[in-house]
Amino acid sequence: MAGVRPNGWAWLGWLYMRVSALLLLGLVLGHLYIMHVLAGTDRIDFAFVAQRFATPFWRVYDLLILLLALTHGLVGLRGIVYDYTRSPLWRLVWNVVLWTVGLVFTSLGALVLFTFQPGGPAGR
Amino acid sequence: MYRGGIGMLAWTLHRITGIAVLLFLLLHIVETSMLLYGPDAYDKALALYKQSWFKPFEFLLVAAVVYHAGNGILVMILDLFPAATRWYRRLFWVGAAVYALVMLPVAVVMLRPMFR
Repeated sequence: MAGVRPNGWAWLGWLYMRVSALLLLGLVLGHLYIMHVLAGTDRIDFAFVAQRFATPFWRVYDLLILLLALTHGLVGLRGIVYDYTRSPLWRLVWNVVLWTVGLVFTSLGALVLFTFQPGGPAGR
Repeated sequence: MYRGGIGMLAWTLHRITGIAVLLFLLLHIVETSMLLYGPDAYDKALALYKQSWFKPFEFLLVAAVVYHAGNGILVMILDLFPAATRWYRRLFWVGAAVYALVMLPVAVVMLRPMFR
C-alpha cells in the first residue's frame, strides 16, 4: 500500500481509509471505553439510551461513527474482494452488494438516531 | 508486504479483525434499531449480550477493534516514514507489548461479570 501513487481513484480510496481511520481512532476507542469498560454492557438498557440521547451530542457522535465505520469497513472489504476476484462481472455483483448493504444499514442507523424518542414510540 | 512471517501474520489478522468488526457493526445496527419498537423490544434484544457465555465474545470484539486500530497506526507510521520499515519487527513487538499491557486490565474489567 505504501507504493500507491498520488493520483486517481485508487489513491482517493487509499487516502479515505487513512483519514477515516484517524477519526475512528478517537471515536471508536472512546465509544468502547465508555460503553464496554466504564459502563459495562449489563448496565445498558432502554432507559440508559434514552438518557444518553436526551441531548444531540451523543446522537451526532454515534452518527459520525455510523457513517465513518460503515464506509471504512465496506471500502476495506471491497479491497479484499478485489484481491480475490478478477472477473468484471463478479466485481460488479460485489459492488452492488456492498452499495446495497451500505445504503440500507446507513438508512436504518440514521433513522434510529434522527427519530428516537426517549418516551418510547409515539402512540404507546 | 511479505516481511518474513510476522508482517504476513499482522496483515492477515488485520483483514480477519476488519471483517469480524464489520459483521458485528451490521448486527449492532439491527439490534439498536429495536429502540424504535420501544423498551420491551430493545431490552429483549440486549439480553443476548448480558448472558455470561457472551462475555468472552464481547471481549474478543473489543480485542479485535484495538488490534485493528494498533496495526492501523503501525501501517500509517510506515506510510509516512517508509525508512522505518527496516525496524518493522522491532516496531511490531513494541506494539504487541503495548497491546498486552492495555488489554490485560480491559480483560479483567470486562470478564469479571462472568464470575458473579
